[in-house]
Amino acid sequence: MTREIERVAQIPVAQIATIVPIMLTVGANRIVPGVAIPHPVGNPEAGPEEDKKTRRKLVLRALKALQADISEQTIFES
Amino acid sequence: MSYRVVCYINQFYGGKGGEEVADFKPELVEGPVGPGLELQKLFGDEARVIGTIICGDGYYAEHIEKARAECLKIVEDLKPDLFVAGPAFNAGRYGVACGDICAAITQSLDIPSLTGMFPENPGVELYRAQTFIVKTEGSARGMKQALTSMARLGLKLIKGELLGPAYEEGYIHRGIRKNFFKDKRGSLRAIDILLQKIAGQEFRTEYEMPTFKKIPPAPPIKDIKHATIALVTSGGIVPRGNPDRLRVSSAESYAKYDISGLDDLTPDEFESIHGGYDRMWANLDPDVVVPLDVMRELEREGVFGKLHPYLYTTTGTGTSVANAERFGQEIGRELKEAGVDGVILTST
Repeated sequence: MTREIERVAQIPVAQIATIVPIMLTVGANRIVPGVAIPHPVGNPEAGPEEDKKTRRKLVLRALKALQADISEQTIFES
Repeated sequence: MSYRVVCYINQFYGGKGGEEVADFKPELVEGPVGPGLELQKLFGDEARVIGTIICGDGYYAEHIEKARAECLKIVEDLKPDLFVAGPAFNAGRYGVACGDICAAITQSLDIPSLTGMFPENPGVELYRAQTFIVKTEGSARGMKQALTSMARLGLKLIKGELLGPAYEEGYIHRGIRKNFFKDKRGSLRAIDILLQKIAGQEFRTEYEMPTFKKIPPAPPIKDIKHATIALVTSGGIVPRGNPDRLRVSSAESYAKYDISGLDDLTPDEFESIHGGYDRMWANLDPDVVVPLDVMRELEREGVFGKLHPYLYTTTGTGTSVANAERFGQEIGRELKEAGVDGVILTST
């Protein structure tokens, strides 16, 4: 889905998910590793504050990925 | 009585000439021509090549519907038991023509068809599911071998014999799986494969994974302060009660919800129906899957321009690659039309 949105719309797609090898396999270009499968953009086990802080950090990283000039599949670890 | 076979070849193998006569219109010649002569030898008395259609590669490619209709008419009149095109090796236009005419003949006339191509020929991806494509070398150096495999498979198809796996029969697999009994159960077979792998021996998986395409990255967002960003998810977040009846797994559809008036996804209004992960956290706070709360904050702070008013959602568990690609294409077209500049897609 990520790849086809990007191909058809010609706009960057940042995918946040936990299993990086799958994102690489399906052809995602801008990859942001998530926290866990049931909560990719949050850390609810650590309490509401930490949860939101984590989410904000990952979303900012995804926005950074959308602005990155890349030539191949790239994993944004920070 | 021997079986009747009709062949299809291009202007080059038909002896008409090269690129200068690529617009050669379909013409029927009696008996075998070019590679068909060798094919006839291989068939022996079992089958007879009664006619050969010669058609220019350029003609077929540029007038695909007309060319297909003309060839279909010829074949319909001849009523063969088998139709054989090519082999096209790695010739792109020839491969597409061979695949297209084979697929059309099998579909419209219910006559078994086969062709031969190099695995990277573009005709393979397009037509592998609709006809039999024997795996060949990249060039005519592999002619003899290609025709041997094609003749053997062709006779089996005519007689309606049960086919073994694609790699045994020599054709490129069509994505069809058949159920049958093996003498050893799965766990034992898996151990056998593992031992072969550890010993550095050749091994063959029983369940081939689909191969995925890669694409060059789209250009980055230049002006994030004025960019519209859309949220998409395969994490199965939907309004409570799942009004569009999205499937919990093996999704065949996606849904689109207006989030323009919302600052947060609350458990009173949204839930996860995804059948492939523990939904406890998502159902306490759907923002852990779709980060709407933070997106609104960042939008207000002016970190990016605007959040797209719609959330696109589906369930990405057991969902076929073909369906996921279709969702992506449809969503991509809508986002493009809506002037969206970038997407954050979350998956579970």
